Amino acid sequence: MTSATSRSDAKPGPTAPGVPGARPKPAPPAGTPVRVTGAQSLVRSLEAVGAEVVFGIPGGTILPAYDPLLDSTKVRHILVRHEQGAGHAATGYAQATGKVGVCMATSGPGATNLVTPLADANMDSVPVVAITGQQSRNLIGTDAFQEADICGITMPVTKHNFLVTDPAEIPRAIAEAFHLASTGRPGPVLVDIPKDVLQEMTSFSWPPELRLPGYRPTLRPHGKQVREAAKLIAKAQRPVLYVGGGVIKAEASEQLLALAELTGIPVATTLMARGAFPDSHRQHVGMPGMHGSVAAVASMQRADLLVALGARFDDRVTGQLSSFAPEAKIVHADIDPAEISKNRKADVPIVGDCKEIIGELIDAVKTEFEHERPDLSDWWTQVDAWREDYPAGYEWPDDGSLSPQYVIERIGELAGPDAVYAAGVGQHQMWAAQFVKYEKPRTWLNSGGLGTMGYAVPAAMGAQFGLPGTQVWAIDGDGCFQMTNQELATCAIEGAPIKVAVINNGNLGMVRQWQNLFYSERYSNTDLGTHKHRIPDFTLLAEALGCAGLRCESKADVDATIRRAMEINDRPVVIDFVVGKDAQVWPMVAAGTGNDEIMAVRGIRPLFDDDEVSQEAAEAAAEGEQA
Amino acid sequence: MTVHTLSVLVENKPGVLARVSGLFSRRGFNIESLAVGPTENPEVSRMTIVVAVEELPLEQVTKQLNKLVNVIKIVELEAGSAVQRELLLVKVRADATVRSQVLETVQLFRAKVVDVSPEALTVEATGTSDKIGALLRMLEPYGIRELVQSGMVAVGRGARSITAASPR
Repeated sequence: MTSATSRSDAKPGPTAPGVPGARPKPAPPAGTPVRVTGAQSLVRSLEAVGAEVVFGIPGGTILPAYDPLLDSTKVRHILVRHEQGAGHAATGYAQATGKVGVCMATSGPGATNLVTPLADANMDSVPVVAITGQQSRNLIGTDAFQEADICGITMPVTKHNFLVTDPAEIPRAIAEAFHLASTGRPGPVLVDIPKDVLQEMTSFSWPPELRLPGYRPTLRPHGKQVREAAKLIAKAQRPVLYVGGGVIKAEASEQLLALAELTGIPVATTLMARGAFPDSHRQHVGMPGMHGSVAAVASMQRADLLVALGARFDDRVTGQLSSFAPEAKIVHADIDPAEISKNRKADVPIVGDCKEIIGELIDAVKTEFEHERPDLSDWWTQVDAWREDYPAGYEWPDDGSLSPQYVIERIGELAGPDAVYAAGVGQHQMWAAQFVKYEKPRTWLNSGGLGTMGYAVPAAMGAQFGLPGTQVWAIDGDGCFQMTNQELATCAIEGAPIKVAVINNGNLGMVRQWQNLFYSERYSNTDLGTHKHRIPDFTLLAEALGCAGLRCESKADVDATIRRAMEINDRPVVIDFVVGKDAQVWPMVAAGTGNDEIMAVRGIRPLFDDDEVSQEAAEAAAEGEQA
Repeated sequence: MTVHTLSVLVENKPGVLARVSGLFSRRGFNIESLAVGPTENPEVSRMTIVVAVEELPLEQVTKQLNKLVNVIKIVELEAGSAVQRELLLVKVRADATVRSQVLETVQLFRAKVVDVSPEALTVEATGTSDKIGALLRMLEPYGIRELVQSGMVAVGRGARSITAASPR
């Protein structure tokens, strides 16, 4: 196997690249203005705000910023292969560490290549700061070389963005960007800086004064609303805690566990919240939504109270909104007031930080329980029946091929709950959400809202740079992997020994599944040829990118291959798991239908009296009646 | 659908209008009228936005607007408790045969003639949408050559004011 020359001296982690002779001047005391260029001001601001890793690629207009970056001992720059990789790496870094992820790109195409990761981070509320070069001020608006109105382009997909037109404003812009990205409902913020602003002399002083008169996120919940919620909890006979990604962002897992154990209420964790509550806990009923567990979907459908914590009633969770949880009262706690009653009217809205809300809710519930404490045993009998009758499971393919679910399940078993798992988008993502057991927050990274194929490899890379000692797995599909695998070169050279499990079914699997179910098995443009022609050969591709390439095609080899991958820590590993193409993701609520129509497997609808899909049942559903 | 008038205080910075109008179009809300201008504070501009939406979508509009970092404050001005005005400049065909009739209509509406030529008069009028609409209906038969109309501006009645500093 060939190896990248610089690999031996590259170490993972946010250590500075040991450039000999790079001696930064000692920082002046805080607050004292010093004369610097705009670019130096930018790098000092990044240092001052605590940025440790920046993912990016230099280019014409951002060039001035890369010069002082070379001297920084605090900020490590990771040279990626594509700006999209930089953006997802920043997202993965932020998701895994809770810190703000930073990416940097030049103007024009560099900046537009960040659009997808910014939209991704915006949908999933990830704190990311993107810094882009821009054409010089006198050229803006003239269609200059590599000019793009990136502020205009990213306006709808960022929390906020800035065009800095005065070098003196750089420290404030950076401080405000980090503040906006990481507080309230987190999200991506872009700072666009013209080249001449980076070159001009200015003065730098820290900390700058933040000027955000219109930005006042509500953190403390309203006491009365919390008491109202506690009253509903004390009265509910069939309650469910509907837990979303906000609980992870608020670092509120400990409080959630306490609330769950105090109340004994079943807990469902959404795709964005996997790991917010331990899967092994008795009260955990699984993931709700389109490919959620029957127990989670059914208990929410039949609930008389949903306590939504940092969740947003996304269409992939609710299914057809009009028939979602028809009998449930809604307590909706979220830091973003615009989420409350956006899709489903809340009976008790609570605006605030989830950690604060859950903390206060615990006290309020304790007070309520002194008078009244509901008996949930009947409810649990029902929930347990759903769990026992419809456990998570899968069948082995008839054709003797390897089961993708088995591979993913074994990775989860062998790598364990301390590893971090990143997934792309599609079948493998759903299986990774269903069959890996998550016990801790920030161990599951995925593109939930935007559904960005190609997220896994760069996100895993970002997570690895944030958590150098942690085992990071990218569970990817062969379609996704071919979108962003160039970042394996970055991983190999910069020292991020991630493990990539390519669940290679030779197809765009999720699309194929829909073609199978809804398009009369007409497989239009979903066969990638990775089976038929073995193009690309993922093991050879891996080696070409400086990684170890392994292949596994049979059940007997699965454990041994995973173990071998776990032993290789001096370079990234790619495993080509050649799996059957016909495996499908179940349970499933077909798009546009109500959650009552959840199918545990094809044709089996647990929430109807009759297990067979009968014409009668379908008609009854059409009339809005529940069987 | 009901018409609502929102008085929105925003930071006086480049791009804020694009952020606000972009938000409306991307979330599928229609702006009936929009007027932007300075306020007593040079760092703050006021947008008066008229939207035709039901109560629940209006709540969503307001919340989404509030999420924009440059938006400082939003107050809904109820028609009954606010003074609402639009400005109209209209060029009406008015030769010697009808000029006196046109002038009579202009006076009835307490509008002003701001430019005269042998064939046409330019009329300036301010008032509520209803009044402006009524004036236009009266002038239409003479022939409207050109029409320019501002968005609505509004201010709450009474001594209380909406400023960036006062509590929401």
